[in-house]
Amino acid sequence: MAAPSSSGADRAPFDLAVALRDAGMSALGTAGLAFPILALRAEQDMSNQLVLQQRWPLMLIAAMALTALWSYVIERVAYRPLRGSFRLAPLISAIGMSIFLMNFVQVVQGPRNKSIPPLISGVVEIPIGSGSITIAWKQLIIFTVTALLLGAFWYIVQKTPLGRSMRAVEQDRKMASLLGIDVDRTISLTFVIGASLAAIAGALYMVRYGVINFADGFVPGVKAFTAAVLGGIGSLPGAVVGGLLIGLIETMWSHYFSSDYKDVAAFSILAVTLIFMPSGLLGRPEVEKV
Amino acid sequence: MASPNMRSSQGDQEPFDLAAALRDAGLAALVAAGLAFPILALRAEQDMSNQLVLQHRWSWMAIAAAIVFVGRLAILFWNARPRAEKPAQTAAPSALATTFAKFIAPAGLAFLIVFPFVSLWLSGPGGSLKWINNYGIQILIYVMLGWGLNIVVGLAGLLDLGYVAFYAVGAYSYALLSTTFGLSFWICLPLAGILAAFWGIILGFPVLRLRGDYLAIVTLAFGEIIRVVLINWTDFSNGYAGIAGIPRVTFFGVPFIDGEGGFANLFGLEFSPIHRTIFLFYLILALALLTNFVTLKLRRMPIGRAWEALREDEIACRSLGINTTNTKLTAFALGAMFGGFAGSFFAVRQGFVSPESFTFIESATILAVVVLGGMGSQIGVALAAVIMIGGTELLRELEWTKQIFGNDFDPAQYRMLIFGVAMVIMMIWKPRGIISTRTPSAFLKERKAVSGSLVQEGHG
Repeated sequence: MAAPSSSGADRAPFDLAVALRDAGMSALGTAGLAFPILALRAEQDMSNQLVLQQRWPLMLIAAMALTALWSYVIERVAYRPLRGSFRLAPLISAIGMSIFLMNFVQVVQGPRNKSIPPLISGVVEIPIGSGSITIAWKQLIIFTVTALLLGAFWYIVQKTPLGRSMRAVEQDRKMASLLGIDVDRTISLTFVIGASLAAIAGALYMVRYGVINFADGFVPGVKAFTAAVLGGIGSLPGAVVGGLLIGLIETMWSHYFSSDYKDVAAFSILAVTLIFMPSGLLGRPEVEKV
Repeated sequence: MASPNMRSSQGDQEPFDLAAALRDAGLAALVAAGLAFPILALRAEQDMSNQLVLQHRWSWMAIAAAIVFVGRLAILFWNARPRAEKPAQTAAPSALATTFAKFIAPAGLAFLIVFPFVSLWLSGPGGSLKWINNYGIQILIYVMLGWGLNIVVGLAGLLDLGYVAFYAVGAYSYALLSTTFGLSFWICLPLAGILAAFWGIILGFPVLRLRGDYLAIVTLAFGEIIRVVLINWTDFSNGYAGIAGIPRVTFFGVPFIDGEGGFANLFGLEFSPIHRTIFLFYLILALALLTNFVTLKLRRMPIGRAWEALREDEIACRSLGINTTNTKLTAFALGAMFGGFAGSFFAVRQGFVSPESFTFIESATILAVVVLGGMGSQIGVALAAVIMIGGTELLRELEWTKQIFGNDFDPAQYRMLIFGVAMVIMMIWKPRGIISTRTPSAFLKERKAVSGSLVQEGHG
């Protein structure tokens, strides 16, 4: 199937940074889908403030489940037939899928912004010395949820049989299948996990901004891919460091210079870093066997 | 992995199991209903007081499930049909394909040369404007961009997700040089090419050591940087508003205007706006052919051989003393130069440029044209441009569907949706591209087309 190669072309790593390997778009297309789902879930509960509070976890679970289902089906339909095919085929398929998903949401949910009332309000004040620091509850919640998910995801990847299969498939798909790992199932589950994470990210995005649009998934998707690459593909701590760096650079740049060029700043730092570290901050350098 | 194909390759056919097929299709329909539930069955809509309200559309969900049910059954029927054993993928191309390959290029060229006059003759000046402009010129722009990107992706094997940046550099070069300094198109065209090539080298330097995803994201970032700068540096590029009033194309100095000194007057013709369109058509045809000619010539020269060697195996390349730095930089520079030419053509055709025209979707479309055509195949890229771009233009002509679905139905919004689905389907159907054979650049005795699956895709 794969053309004869001196460098193991059939390696084609399937990466733990989930669907992002496939163009960085697929996951985001999925996340783009998660947003409208969330919007309408949240809105459904809006009739009553109290109900909203109670249903908030329910809405999260529903969004995760539905997004995961979408991701599973997309993987089956658009990526699995191309597995083992040449490298750019899944990339184009993923870009096509991303264009389809965005336009699908636009057609069936309408092109306009949809806003929801603030889901979580209120602030915490931490007295320090003579003054105090004010932190919004929603910021604390976003931070906590992210930290918890990171821990859970790390546990899945490092400690569970599924995580071991995922890492094996990433390193060498053919060897993994020879050792009895169901490669298709592992990849499907990876897509499901990735989409669930994207759904939660979508929910947190709603908590933070309160407005969504069919095209809102694209920029965070590219940024997520940037963060994964900056940290080194396949490295979980790398993705965390990369994400933190991208976020900090953009915030600092917006604060001290101008918010117009924050994307330029983030991308330039990415380019400069990769000049000196071609496989990211914490990534393994790719060793080529001749 | 290949379990669905196992049965057919063994030759014996099991009888079609209707009950199993129905169960399978039912399951697919159930999944489709699940998928449709949050998106199709429920719609969040802002009401008068800016509150979101839910609307229910259960019928849509039912229709989606029904379509998937029928579609799945049809696919199962199709797969169960008796069929002969397929020849191996890498077999030599059939005689028919060889003949086809031999004649398609001259036939296509002849068709393009007579195309404006045929369409003028068939549908008159009013009707042919659409055909020449929306189909002819639009498709040829993408053919040229595809051929330009093909140098980088198809020949040198370097993935470039930010190709549209060079297109933008070319367009803005012409727009700014002509509006600021009053330079003519024929002076700006080479300047735009040189500037774009220069930017190609600027992109080339940081990505020399990068591969795979790392290369993809940096090229994508480069495209975004150029676009963001064009949006925000308003003193230079006028930001979102773009640059209007760019001088239109002239017939080597003779303007296409009504009256004394115009093109029509000079040649004793009756004035018609179609003259300019036809001239633009031949201009982009000539530019595209130039791209093709240069690419074909370079493939036979040391630099072209070095590109292809780089694509096949970078380490072997370096061991044989090929300077990979120069090889990569020239590929980026030349690819970018043709992007720059196409960009200045775009500016002279539109008379207006703005950053809106140079989004990531454009890069993705050009890359899709190259990959769907079969990387490295010149004819394939041209065919893919005709199918993809011509197809999306055809989708504009769906006004008649209003008679079926009622006046509220807007076919235009389904255009990009269908475009995305078509990309996925074409990729699954032909992962190696429409043209699955390649012409080798070096050969013994006889130039034979080889299967595309024997060609490497590079690591970049």
